[in-house]
Amino acid sequence: MIKPILTVKNLTKRYGEHTVFENINLTVNEGDTIVIIGPSGTGKSTFLRCLNLLTKPNGGQIWLDDQEITAKDVDEDQVRQHIGMVFQNFLLFNHLTALENVKLGLIHVKHMSKEAAEAKAREELARVGLAEQADHYPGQLSGGQQQRVGIARALAMDPRIMLFDEPTSALDPELIGEVLEVMRKLSFEGMTMIVVTHEMGFAREVADRIVFMEKGQIVEEGTPDQLFYHPQHERTREFLWKITELYGKKEKEA
Amino acid sequence: MEWFQLLQRFFGDFMQGAGVTLELTAVGLLIGFVLGLALALAKTFGAPGVSKFATGYIELFRGTPLLVQLFLIYYGLPSLGLTLSQTLSAYLALGLNSAAYQAEYLRGAIQAIGDAQMMAGRSIGLSRWQTIRLVILPQALRLALPAWSNEPISLLKTTAVVFLIAVQDLMAKAKRAATTTYNPIGSYIAVAVIYLVMVFILDALLKWLERKTKIPGLETDTNPA
Amino acid sequence: MDIGRFFQYIASGTAYTLGVTLIALPSGLILGMLFAFLAVYAGKIATRFFSIYSTIMRGIPPIVLLFILYFLMSGAINLTPFWAGSVSLGIISSAYQMEIFRGAILSVSADQMMAARAIGLSKIQAIRTVIFPQMIRIAIPGWSNEAAIVIKDSSLVYAIGVPEILRRAQLISASTQQPFLAYTTAAFIYFTLVFITNRLLNRAEQKLTIPSNP
Ligand SMILES: Nc1ncnc2c1ncn2[C@@H]1O[C@H](COP(=O)(O)OP(=O)(O)O)[C@@H](O)[C@H]1O
Ligand SMILES: [Mg+2]
Repeated sequence: MIKPILTVKNLTKRYGEHTVFENINLTVNEGDTIVIIGPSGTGKSTFLRCLNLLTKPNGGQIWLDDQEITAKDVDEDQVRQHIGMVFQNFLLFNHLTALENVKLGLIHVKHMSKEAAEAKAREELARVGLAEQADHYPGQLSGGQQQRVGIARALAMDPRIMLFDEPTSALDPELIGEVLEVMRKLSFEGMTMIVVTHEMGFAREVADRIVFMEKGQIVEEGTPDQLFYHPQHERTREFLWKITELYGKKEKEA
Repeated sequence: MEWFQLLQRFFGDFMQGAGVTLELTAVGLLIGFVLGLALALAKTFGAPGVSKFATGYIELFRGTPLLVQLFLIYYGLPSLGLTLSQTLSAYLALGLNSAAYQAEYLRGAIQAIGDAQMMAGRSIGLSRWQTIRLVILPQALRLALPAWSNEPISLLKTTAVVFLIAVQDLMAKAKRAATTTYNPIGSYIAVAVIYLVMVFILDALLKWLERKTKIPGLETDTNPA
Repeated sequence: MDIGRFFQYIASGTAYTLGVTLIALPSGLILGMLFAFLAVYAGKIATRFFSIYSTIMRGIPPIVLLFILYFLMSGAINLTPFWAGSVSLGIISSAYQMEIFRGAILSVSADQMMAARAIGLSKIQAIRTVIFPQMIRIAIPGWSNEAAIVIKDSSLVYAIGVPEILRRAQLISASTQQPFLAYTTAAFIYFTLVFITNRLLNRAEQKLTIPSNP
């Protein structure tokens, strides 16, 4: 039986007068990979940040499994460890080695012993192919390696769901592949993920559903085939055409 | 080289005074660091009222001469029923004053590390205070170090006014040497040399500390040459 | 003594405080800027000399330097404490201002000098028309800070007997037994002077900013 992991109902976010998005509804089932696309400034990052309460929504509700995490008495820190997040600019803890980056949450949030945390952190780094780089500081790693540490750091908390906010858009073209590869593997292993990205090859191959957001609204959502070959809205078609054009060019150059 | 003969004659006296000067610097620096860190955190992460208070404190203490603060504490507080010894007054004035400057160095670094790292810390379930303690401060303190290194030296020089409330620091000894020998210029040059030596040693120490706390790839040099 | 005259007595020291500042700051500016350009452009020996000058002057507490310079000057040319104090503070400030300007000159990139020379400007012309206008903008925040320091350091001439704000506060607190009020008043005046100076220089900085896209 299919079970929703994340349910979003009428989610609304404003900054003062400015409404970023209004009445967003979304259901994410166990094992789903959802790709969100849309022009910049549309509210995709803000939406992801609302999902793990890094930004407070102004209205609407979010359930993680059966718990309403937008309820008043919720322990946010408790919630966040179950929702992994990967950032566009990696945001590694720059004063800690790759291993220590992954260990930090295990020790201070999960209260694991030093030994257990160390073992688990090494395991997670191996999972993203960075066993060798465990003792490197972020400043000694390439962008692609840093982002993979970012993924390991989030995975180490054993999250129910992972959020990726344009995880490859700050990377040089030759480093994008290694990060997408890790994400592809995660998706096939059954991790539930929401990914904001414009890597259309990845989306087509991995996404169960693609969500097209524009100006704070979900314009259209559907399977990759539906969106690519039978878009219901003119705007979806235009946007997809624009980015595949761009993506195609990039691929040729690389 | 009359100042050199003066230095020889009053050497013991000067060393005693230099000891007091170093004590004043150390105590002022310590009070200033603890209070300054609290002010910097209050200013960056505090509720609006708390943050305003911290800003006001910093502006007030940076906007008035230390000498006035010293006199206000030593001569002024007794009329409010709080009488402090000369040494305690000097400690307090130097500490309260240095706190304002240290708060600014630290705040700059905390803000530079700022929101992004806070978000990263909170995203794995660390609390606000945990993130400040485990993620932001370890980076901010390193980042602040090159700029902060000015403060110990600056404070050491600043202590030289406390002889005006008769604390027996190096300057007080110089004044005594000046009156007993009728040679003010020689006396003050002699202690100027001692101050210079202390500043050089302190500077070397701080440079060493900076090298020791450096993390590979973490750029802490905010003013590259 | 009535309260109005109390405040007035302390406030009348402001003239001396301002006088000291308005002598010290510009003389420090002229010397500091001259030294900075010499240190950067006048060859190895000048660089070495001014680096030693700066290290020594900035390594000694201002009050110690003030005493040395004051006794040197009043012994040699018999200046009044006001003038000796003001000039001394100016000389002290010159070392700090030199560092501000030297840093600013160096941060206008060397490429700018090359580009200027490439279109045929002489070294002096290049400094005047290309380096100087850029350097001065970079230097303003640091200089603004130094201006506040000179205002506050003007209180040091208290120690050589100039009847500025702090000295007057001390005199009147002795005669009225109101030390807290007297020193608070003094603090308030200094604060106002520093505050106004900062505001004015901030405005100058904004006016001089070269437009660019964020
Ligand atoms: N902290 C904030 N304060 C005010 N406006 C914000 C803030 N964060 C985002 N916004 C606004 O919300 C809108 C959506 O931004 P964002 O979520 O970053 O879009 P996207 O990720 O789709 O490019 C933008 O117009 C942005 O200016
Ligand atoms: Mg975004």
